[in-house]
Amino acid sequence: MTTPTLAPAAPPAVQDKAAPVPHLGRLDAVGYLICLSGIVRRELLRFFNQKERFFSALVRPLVWLFIFAAGFRNTLGVSIEPPYQTYVLYEVYVVPGLAVMIQLFNGMQSSLSMVYDREVGSMKVLLTSPYPRWTLLLAKLIAGVTVSVVQAYAFLAIAWYWELDIPPIGYLAALPAFIAAGFMLGSIGLLLSSMVKQLENFASVMNFVIFPMFFASSALYPLWRIRESSETLYAICMANPFTHAVQLVRFALYGQFEPVACAVVVGTTIVVFILAIIAYDPGRGIMARRGGPAGEAS
Amino acid sequence: MSEAPALEVSQVSHRFGSRAALSDVSLSVGRGRFVALLGPNGAGKTTLFSVITRLYANQDGRVAIFGHGLDREPSRALARMGVVFQARTLDTDLTVEQNLLYHASLHGIARRIAKARIATLLDRVGLADRRGDKIRTLSGGQSRRIEIARSLIHEPSLLLLDEPTVGLDLESRADIVAIVRALVREEGLSVLWATHIFEEIEAGDDAVVLHRGRIIARGTAGGIAQDGETLEAAFRRLVADPVKQAA
Repeated sequence: MTTPTLAPAAPPAVQDKAAPVPHLGRLDAVGYLICLSGIVRRELLRFFNQKERFFSALVRPLVWLFIFAAGFRNTLGVSIEPPYQTYVLYEVYVVPGLAVMIQLFNGMQSSLSMVYDREVGSMKVLLTSPYPRWTLLLAKLIAGVTVSVVQAYAFLAIAWYWELDIPPIGYLAALPAFIAAGFMLGSIGLLLSSMVKQLENFASVMNFVIFPMFFASSALYPLWRIRESSETLYAICMANPFTHAVQLVRFALYGQFEPVACAVVVGTTIVVFILAIIAYDPGRGIMARRGGPAGEAS
Repeated sequence: MSEAPALEVSQVSHRFGSRAALSDVSLSVGRGRFVALLGPNGAGKTTLFSVITRLYANQDGRVAIFGHGLDREPSRALARMGVVFQARTLDTDLTVEQNLLYHASLHGIARRIAKARIATLLDRVGLADRRGDKIRTLSGGQSRRIEIARSLIHEPSLLLLDEPTVGLDLESRADIVAIVRALVREEGLSVLWATHIFEEIEAGDDAVVLHRGRIIARGTAGGIAQDGETLEAAFRRLVADPVKQAA
């Protein structure tokens, strides 16, 4: 065998852990905030660069509102139930659900872009940042939430012309609710992105996640109506975290707080985000299970 | 107290299920040295890079960057390392500057400092005039030069490059090699350069040959070649019959 001439393996060198690392950036909390703002900025740049994404995100709920809701206006009456003080038109009822639907689609879009990033390799660049991995995933999540809240308010701004009767303070009160809903849906998207191996498989996410979540919820019809037709379906809707995200936003838009919905949304966010962190852990998650680069291994 | 090498990989093994991708791999990159990691496709180079960059958990063995163990001090280790991955990892919809600023933020570098650094690095890789252009308008070689600039933005002391010249024409390849060699010569950067292109290696470079997840030879590139053979011939000999060589 060829004689080794490389430098012999050095004995473990003693490092002064308190000594600063020679590095142009900062590895402290301020550095992390710079990192976070960079990730959010990139997400916004990508979002505004893809104008068709912005418009399609708006067109989808507007079609529901202007066509679907108008069509059902006379067939689907909505009785008085909190947070509404009186009978409301179907369009009024459906608006919070459509706004959160935008966030649902955005969460899945972020998930899709995570899978894309992984395929094209830019995820590697993110994950080799010196900050803890969970903080990087949190930054990605915050970036997605920022985009989704912008989209939801853009929708509300257009829908405002539709006699929605939302009090002005409601728009402000709904902001934390939209943020909470965005975190929950973004976390679900993050977890899904760790499970989807290839972009091609993403269509199944649409079929098995987005549509069931949206339709088995209080977004389009009040739950008492569902209960009238099926107790089982009602139970499914109540177990669906999307229902609670919609209810949280619905109540907030009328200046009210719904504690159960808030607890479900926050709880789901925490559990799902922890699962996503585990999924992206290099030792335990999908990175470890994936099987490595093509052709490597014997 | 001894001075820790830029990179120290000690007895690293990695498995994907029942498949062994790396077996007992040890190598060291001295400070200011250019080390070539030679291996055919599928040898385990990318897996090794993924372990060193912490994309894969280190299952067995130890990886340390300037003495900072990847297991105990990952932030300090990653902060001192710049990486150019085999796959292109720039965002093609963003401009050169937007890509570089994004990477600077991932290392906690304030925008004002980052912009000055970007100007210096783009000048270094000869693309100062492309700062505002979208990545999709650049050639493959230019994109690679941007990726090298990006990997240097946080002033790392160790640079890892995984087959950085694959798919490039001769001139672009020569440019990339020249830029990295100048960094070693002029700035004392330590480099681990994975490749299977022998023209990129000089006789005095340290070289490690990886084959089927095992290191089958190490030494200077000139030392690995025997009896006047070329490095390529030596490599073919080693890869053709690694068991015999190890005996």
